[in-house]
Amino acid sequence: MADDAHNAPGDDTDRTFTLNFGPQHPAAHGVLRMILDLDGEVVERVDSHIGLLHRGTEKLMEHKTYLQALPYFDRLDYVAPMNQEHAWCLAIEKMLGLDVPRRASFIRVLYSEIGRLMGHIMNITTQAMDVGALTPITWGFEEREKLCVFYERACGSRMHSAYFRPGGVHQDLPQDLIDDIYTFTETFGDVMDDIETLLTENRIFKQRNVDIGIVDRETIMQWGFSGVMVRGSGLPWDLRRSQPYEVYSELDFKIPVGKNGDNYDRYVCRMEEMKESVKIMRQCIEMMPAGEVLLAGSKVSPPRRADMKNSMEALIHHFKLYTEGFHVPAGEVYAAVEAPKGEFGVYLVADGTNKPYRAKLRAPSYPHLAAMDHLSKGHMLADVSAILGSLDVVFGEIDR
Amino acid sequence: MTDTSALESLAETLAGRLPQAIKSHTMSYGELTLLVEREHIEPVARLLRDDSLCRFETLIDICGVDYPERSERFEVVYHFLSMQLNQRIRVKLTTDEDMPVASIVDVFPAANWYEREAFDMYGIQFSGHPDLRRILTDYGFEGFPLRKDFPLTGHVEVRYDDLEKRVVYEPVALTQEYRDFDFLSPWEGMTAQIPGDEKADATEGGE
Repeated sequence: MADDAHNAPGDDTDRTFTLNFGPQHPAAHGVLRMILDLDGEVVERVDSHIGLLHRGTEKLMEHKTYLQALPYFDRLDYVAPMNQEHAWCLAIEKMLGLDVPRRASFIRVLYSEIGRLMGHIMNITTQAMDVGALTPITWGFEEREKLCVFYERACGSRMHSAYFRPGGVHQDLPQDLIDDIYTFTETFGDVMDDIETLLTENRIFKQRNVDIGIVDRETIMQWGFSGVMVRGSGLPWDLRRSQPYEVYSELDFKIPVGKNGDNYDRYVCRMEEMKESVKIMRQCIEMMPAGEVLLAGSKVSPPRRADMKNSMEALIHHFKLYTEGFHVPAGEVYAAVEAPKGEFGVYLVADGTNKPYRAKLRAPSYPHLAAMDHLSKGHMLADVSAILGSLDVVFGEIDR
Repeated sequence: MTDTSALESLAETLAGRLPQAIKSHTMSYGELTLLVEREHIEPVARLLRDDSLCRFETLIDICGVDYPERSERFEVVYHFLSMQLNQRIRVKLTTDEDMPVASIVDVFPAANWYEREAFDMYGIQFSGHPDLRRILTDYGFEGFPLRKDFPLTGHVEVRYDDLEKRVVYEPVALTQEYRDFDFLSPWEGMTAQIPGDEKADATEGGE
């Protein structure tokens, strides 16, 4: 420390200063503890200690039926819950060979994009707060709250929705909710423009973000990046386009890419992506057909309440579904979705029973945070929180 | 996504390129899985990354799977992605508690945390890993939680002790026995062996 250096002027005076950052720090975006080795104000090494929010999700899921395991996905990236559920449903559907009704596909895409908006609003505004801008979070969260209400009106809960099901979604959307979402897509652009006036050309915001945390192609490949971390550097890689699932191949949207791969480009990318999400949401509403939202007459979906009053088989099926659950044939699959933070994947190993034998959740922010040491080396201490904010980390999914 | 025939031919090529490393390959659900020898994972990873046919430059995931009944109880599963050729591949190998797996940190730096996690959760040893510490579990944690023989409730619980003014660790004391309901239907899960059959065999053998 500095004191020691003064006491012994003859000794080597360039000892590094070790700083403990977190786990209770507003810029740590949750419960991250970082041990920073500093040379003056320059970061030499970052040692991230994660796992402070580890709940053993994967272990718990091995002891639950496939349906009971679904709500755990809301608790991973709790900023955009339904995107995670989506990956789980896709994995199960891949194994069972289920086709999702078309209306359900559109509802899923609609709500995945709402999730993307929620994730990006959260990230942009809190990252702006990390670098000193206080207003965006108040404006952004007003919109985010509206999106939470859309979640609530669809499934009864603002955050822990448990709305997607293998074979579709739990319940149909009422028409007035669809109308309100459409109205939202018409007004949201103005709010985005307002937030952009606060940030995009803001001198301080640019000073803190331009040329900070540059990600080049080599870094992307070596550290297993995905999502905006890839697109911010100019690579047009998006699972919605390159490995389309649901109805994404029918929708018209662009993949915004950055140029320099720094914090600022990632901010711009996220902003543009939100505009594309709004476009997708509008197309979904316009193209959404009427019809079933959950596979009817299938072993994975509950029978209709009315049928249960008349049919003994329906009653038995209902009881069996919610106690024993459905069986998934033995095998293994990997299913991934483009979550707001990058590629969220589920590696599911089934052994033919009603419970997953092993479910590995591939969280996008996990490799991003692992590269924190690589990205922060040589930057100033103040840049650490700017880079961390720009990585878009959420500890629900990193710690699992 | 590339069609399965492209992956099939890729598997054939790889098997020809590294015959001593690749034990077998399977296609299921449109996904290619290579089963490789434990000793050869590093050259395989390098080939997958550098070969112009593969271009699997992104390491998506490394995880362990536990099969306690097998002689080599752990499977280590690697997932790779090629953004250029838009294809995925899964590579598996087997190991047990003692036999180390060569680390691929030199080939893919992203493997660092994934291997730490596999070590933390299963106790799989990775040789040549620069910093094989626990990652997700508590400081001073004992045991490997994702092993099938590790109880769901764990071994210790924590609480704040008001007298000692600190957090204390105590053995788990369940107020009620942990209930793990088995809803498996005996009818659907029925095999050729009907419960009670083994007694009949025993009496026959005894006579």
